[in-house]
Amino acid sequence: MAALFDAVLELADDHLILGHRISEWCGHAPMLEEDLALPNMALDLIGTARTLYEYAARLEGRGRSEDDLAFLRVEREYRNLLLCERPNGDFAQTMLRQLYFAAVMEPFWKAALDSPDEVIRGVAGKAVKEMAYHVRHAGEWVIRLGDGTGESAARMQAAVAELHRFTDELFEDSAAAADCGVLPARRGMRADWDRVIGMVFAEALLEVPEVPFPQTGGRAGLHGEDLGHLLAQMQYLQRAYPGAEW
Amino acid sequence: MGNETPLWEVFIRPRNGLSHKHAGSLHAADEVLALQAARDVYTRRGEGVSIWVVPSAAITASDPGEAAQNFDPAGDKIYRHPTFYDIPDDVGHM
Repeated sequence: MAALFDAVLELADDHLILGHRISEWCGHAPMLEEDLALPNMALDLIGTARTLYEYAARLEGRGRSEDDLAFLRVEREYRNLLLCERPNGDFAQTMLRQLYFAAVMEPFWKAALDSPDEVIRGVAGKAVKEMAYHVRHAGEWVIRLGDGTGESAARMQAAVAELHRFTDELFEDSAAAADCGVLPARRGMRADWDRVIGMVFAEALLEVPEVPFPQTGGRAGLHGEDLGHLLAQMQYLQRAYPGAEW
Repeated sequence: MGNETPLWEVFIRPRNGLSHKHAGSLHAADEVLALQAARDVYTRRGEGVSIWVVPSAAITASDPGEAAQNFDPAGDKIYRHPTFYDIPDDVGHM
């Protein structure tokens, strides 16, 4: 049960932190159409996070609520993938980060449709469709920016150089995830991910780079400095006005 | 914005069996992104089951200056409305 709590929390943190990151674009996107598309994606992720936090709180059974888990933990207690906390950077980085994440979560949730756990199956049924759309939307932008103007291509290449080192971690199974017995093995998603990224990169005229020093550690709570800044903003309201509701 | 992201008209079919209705317009670089933008902008509240996008430039519109000659002549031909029939009560709503 402890393993399942930890494993569910890891997944919830991925979705909340990335969802919050994308929500930072709200009101700042380069065009009105994307200003709606990005919050749509953020809400997909935060919706999944809510269900998972609520489930984790129930598993723990110590009276913590989904909000307590989401907003009242300290930095080292977050277990999200490092990719999810990376700053938005420019539009190229945001879209590439989304493609990287969704391209592993789509096959992950597809496999999770057969989970023995009813809540995980329920989340998977909804999330698999959302992730399919995120792959499509982010993928189309990566293609257009990569094979676009001189500047858009340069920004897309810079995004790959910046973010690719965080992708090995997408396929790591933590001890909790491996032991809980109800989640698909992440390492099994590598082939699907490679195929999707390969197809998009071929059209986007991008190269899959060699990564001499992959970055990892999110599952152990070892984060970059940027997560602290994100949490400061995300947790401000609950810290300043504990239990605030509206 | 104008040249790189032309204007598209969006048509949404609310349910199977109904026809596509004009929902609004948007800017997008090409038809693939136009469809995705239409999905994101106009179907967030479950408005539809199918989307069409059409380049606004492909639409030929009637001239507002010709509105009188186009539409006024229909104004006094009330016999074209099927309102002169007695509908038996048993038929219910038509």
